[in-house]
Amino acid sequence: MVETVSIRLTVNGAEVSKEVEPRQHLTDFLRNELGLTGSHIGCEHGVCGACSVRVDGRVVRGCLMLATQADGAAVETIEGIVESSEAADLAEAFIGRNALQCGFCTPGMMLTAAELLAEGKPLDRAGIRQELSGNICRCTGYQAIVDAVESVLVKKTGEV
Amino acid sequence: MKAAAFKYLRAENLDNAFDAFAEYGDEALILAGGQSLMPTINLRLAQPAVLVDINHISGLSGIEQSGEKIQIGATTRHFELANSELVASKLPLIASAIKHVAHRGVRNRGTFGGSLVHADPAAEMPACAVALGATLVLESRAGERRISASDFFLGVMSTDRRPDEILTSIELSADGPGDVWAFRELSRRHGDFAMVGVTAKARRASERLEDLRLVVFGCEECPQISAVAASLAASGQEPVAIAQAVAEELNPMTDLTGDAETKRFQARSLIEQSLGDLLEGRADG
Repeated sequence: MVETVSIRLTVNGAEVSKEVEPRQHLTDFLRNELGLTGSHIGCEHGVCGACSVRVDGRVVRGCLMLATQADGAAVETIEGIVESSEAADLAEAFIGRNALQCGFCTPGMMLTAAELLAEGKPLDRAGIRQELSGNICRCTGYQAIVDAVESVLVKKTGEV
Repeated sequence: MKAAAFKYLRAENLDNAFDAFAEYGDEALILAGGQSLMPTINLRLAQPAVLVDINHISGLSGIEQSGEKIQIGATTRHFELANSELVASKLPLIASAIKHVAHRGVRNRGTFGGSLVHADPAAEMPACAVALGATLVLESRAGERRISASDFFLGVMSTDRRPDEILTSIELSADGPGDVWAFRELSRRHGDFAMVGVTAKARRASERLEDLRLVVFGCEECPQISAVAASLAASGQEPVAIAQAVAEELNPMTDLTGDAETKRFQARSLIEQSLGDLLEGRADG
């Protein structure tokens, strides 16, 4: 009999109560228990950033946080962020600039980009690259992703 | 990979954690930010029976000034250090170095104390703690124990922390007039572990560096102050000569980022640049 822990949290604003195995990480929980498959499982050791989700307002590696640790937390995934149209500008820019090909990294990339856009600090291209350095993309070569983020940031801050 | 099964205990206070240590001994591991521990658990390099989550213990997090001391709670997250005005004004070395600690998503969760206890030889915060002469406060059932950062690190991922202790806070001295610092790091990609890094703190007086505390990291088994650098700097030697002398006596470890002689060469160059930063009072490396 596997020992489980009861957790209550909100996911994209909705209350969720579940029994989870302690060893289950947050992204597996979101994908396997809640069917939210927008957060992807890449390396499962914190390197690739594909599993990124937002916990209590900040982007974290979903593979490096246990589902049990999210007890009491507000979790947001790419599904919630897209639905709320918070990232509408960003999504449009990603499409407009061809900033995705296979799309595996895109949810994590967008969550990270959304956080730096929300901070609203002007950044040059090198700065944007640094901020996105924790999210690995194997298709685009990053150029188009930086283009997309830069275009939204410039619009937002009014600075080039 | 998926983690092997373990038992999860959320400690609400230090006593809960001490109880877990008493019951499970070294079968229990402390889970703080988890940004180093969780990868090793997911890869099954570590298979603890019990994880003791200390994220919810009140009083372990926060940054406070009292007099000339800055107290940083062990579970203060890296992004909190990066965003702190107090850290920016009183501990500018930490403010600069923190930008090199991993990536945004990791800084949002990883903790200052966790980084120190993990003691990765290539990590930035242990090196900064040594350069800044930090005092670490450890607590156990037996009470409080204070230890200087330079005595705390013993080897690769090895520290003086006893199995029944929790690092609760870190005490640092606020920068004073005449204090200068440097931080330089080489890595393949921004946010990756250092191939080699150098950090230093000193007082600049009449074009000389007094009380130089220079630390090379990502190189030897653990961060330590270079005594040679301090004595040569005090006698007014040129950076190039100091860098040469320090690099010669380094004992670099070959790792995936480079072999020992490459690291010695890179360290020499970074030391020379860092000494230049200190002498010229350049802020950001």
